[in-house]
Amino acid sequence: MSVTAALSRSAIQHQPRRLARLFDYKPFLIVVCLTPAIGLLLVFLTYPLGLGVWLAFTDTTIGRRGVFVGLENFQYLLSDPLWWGAVFYSIFYTAVATFGKFALGFWLALLLNNHFPFKSILRAIVLLPWIVPTVLSALAFWWIYDPQFSIISYLLVDVLHVRSTNIDFLGSPWPARFSLIAANVWRGIPFVAISLLAGLQTISPSLYEAAMLDGATAWQRFRYITLPMMLPILAIVMTFSIIFTFTDFQLVYAITRGGPINSTHLLATLAFQRGIAGGELGEGAAIAVSMVPFLVFATLFSYFGLARRKWQQGESND
Amino acid sequence: MSSEFTRREALALGVSAAAMAATGAAAQTSSSLIKVADVPTPVFEIEKGASLRMLRPVRFVQPDEDVFRANAARFTEKTGVTVKVDFVGWEDINQQTAVTSNSGAGPDIIIGFTDAPHIYADKLIELTEVADYLGKRYGNWMFLAEKYGKRYKSNAWIGLPFGASSGPLVYRKSIVHAAGFEKVPDDHAGFLDLCQKLQKAGKPAGFALGNAVGDGNGFANWILWSHNASLLDEEGNVIINSKETIAALNYLKQLYPTMIAGTPSWNDVSNNRAYSSQEISLTANGVSLYFSLKKDPATAAIAEDTEHQFLPTGLAKSSPMGGLTLNAMVFKHSQYPNAAKAFLQFMMEREQYEPWLNANSGYWAHPLTAYGDAAVWSGDPKVRIFKNTMANRYWTGYKGPISAASGAVNADYVLVQMCASVATDAATPEAAASEAERRAKRYFRR
Repeated sequence: MSVTAALSRSAIQHQPRRLARLFDYKPFLIVVCLTPAIGLLLVFLTYPLGLGVWLAFTDTTIGRRGVFVGLENFQYLLSDPLWWGAVFYSIFYTAVATFGKFALGFWLALLLNNHFPFKSILRAIVLLPWIVPTVLSALAFWWIYDPQFSIISYLLVDVLHVRSTNIDFLGSPWPARFSLIAANVWRGIPFVAISLLAGLQTISPSLYEAAMLDGATAWQRFRYITLPMMLPILAIVMTFSIIFTFTDFQLVYAITRGGPINSTHLLATLAFQRGIAGGELGEGAAIAVSMVPFLVFATLFSYFGLARRKWQQGESND
Repeated sequence: MSSEFTRREALALGVSAAAMAATGAAAQTSSSLIKVADVPTPVFEIEKGASLRMLRPVRFVQPDEDVFRANAARFTEKTGVTVKVDFVGWEDINQQTAVTSNSGAGPDIIIGFTDAPHIYADKLIELTEVADYLGKRYGNWMFLAEKYGKRYKSNAWIGLPFGASSGPLVYRKSIVHAAGFEKVPDDHAGFLDLCQKLQKAGKPAGFALGNAVGDGNGFANWILWSHNASLLDEEGNVIINSKETIAALNYLKQLYPTMIAGTPSWNDVSNNRAYSSQEISLTANGVSLYFSLKKDPATAAIAEDTEHQFLPTGLAKSSPMGGLTLNAMVFKHSQYPNAAKAFLQFMMEREQYEPWLNANSGYWAHPLTAYGDAAVWSGDPKVRIFKNTMANRYWTGYKGPISAASGAVNADYVLVQMCASVATDAATPEAAASEAERRAKRYFRR
């Protein structure tokens, strides 16, 4: 009796044990666990990216398969003032908007780091511009900047009587460029502020107490405690922010479509304009690919630059 | 307008498409105003078990969709061929056509815009038999219909135009009268004079100079065409950098200061808003502006004071206007080409087309001369100007062959930006024209 019972039990357990052994087999496990992730990456990331790079070397248009043309698209872009204009504005837009977002965002983070009533609610409200879908906030700004129906013009002309004509926000190049940067800064501040606030909260209060005992002023406490302690997180947040800003599309496309006279085209909007609206898929892809070196440079600069301990703590510290 | 349904009526009717078809048919055939010639109807042997899928741009007005669906349902009733019609947003139809054409799968029929059949010509079956029959039966195709329907320098039809819409001048009668003009002058000097007076009166003119596909290109083309300048010559060579273009741009330099501020940032809706809020008294637009004013009680008075007029001729022989055209095409990958041809022919016959044309209340104008007698054109006199839209003598990429490149030049705002850069003093006319030439040549390089 007992023998047969033991036998049957081992027979029952035999099957699962083989399965269990299979799952204990490391190479098999690695393959099983990685396949879905790699599959997704291949299908949704590598393939489109690879296709985009391939298209950049062809003269494909919408409706016609292209042939390999080597660097022709890039050579044309180098001779195209509109591409150079987009490169200039992309860099200008990224630089000024990132500076604005960090200056105001850091300031906001410092304010929010204090104790005051309704702290949590206020912190949540600050996130709003970032939560609203970009296209919606872009439409709001489009109305704010409208040449005829701008609320700002209305206030200045009809209510306060400071001006006699409407402000032409988007009708000439420089005002249009700065209007878009203002909209981008407004939208980007919350991300920076909340990320930096998280960083601020990790700084031990004892450092400030020690500094106060030593008689440090508020500025000195900021300069010699807050700023150095924040630099690592600043580097990360800035890297993200630069990537988001440089590749921005919706804001510009919804407000100006790159106008007036192409003065506000970013590389992303120019790529869309040429590739999809103009139908020159190859050239559009080349413009998109031409963003990559800038992104790599910006990322390396902010990441390695700001994260280096020498920068944070002086020359002697390696 | 007896033929114009209100939205509510149309919705009620739409509940039962079949009932609508029955009543519509009864009402129309008995009172049809369309003269037809007696010619033999081509019969297409419909494939066994055929079914059709088609895409077309979304409606302007609800009755458009209702009548279109009802007509398709009648085709099914008559032939047993089911027709699935999908209505696609205007911004998406080009991309969906491209995918259909490249992948060789998807809808059998697409009604695209204007030059679409010329872009995908190699992927389409010829509709010559259908077009020849319809032309003979309904008093010939109109100029634009032939231009957009036929392959360049041949009599082979690759598209079947369903209708077109154009953007004439829209102006405030009372304000133009007050400025001392009976109507908008047809010559450049007079037009400039009017615009200067309108500006002095505080109700200036306004034309889009921003990245607006419809309005921006309409205005840029008018400036050029009315000075006998054009993007292409008859052979398709880029000739935009010409003395006529320079003259046109110099005229624009004088005209621009009379316009309301901010037009370089205008998109396609900006002039509608500015006109509706009485900021401007003169612009160019499709009939939609007039209808939206008329429908809203708050602006009905403006509609009452609104007139349409063809764009000033200037130095041209006829008013320099084109037309956004609904252009049907049948793909080679369709398994049921005969069913598709039979369907298109059926939809263009007066029993179907006349109610559909009337249901559109003037948004779309017919491509076949005989439909000029349709009831819609004897309704509201302010809509009558759109009747002969398809008789316009200008087209996208005038005077050259219609191609993907001429559409791309439009979509990339090459001519609009040439005009805008001169108007805003960002470039001299000479520099702007040569820049436009450089960009256009890139699109026309093959």
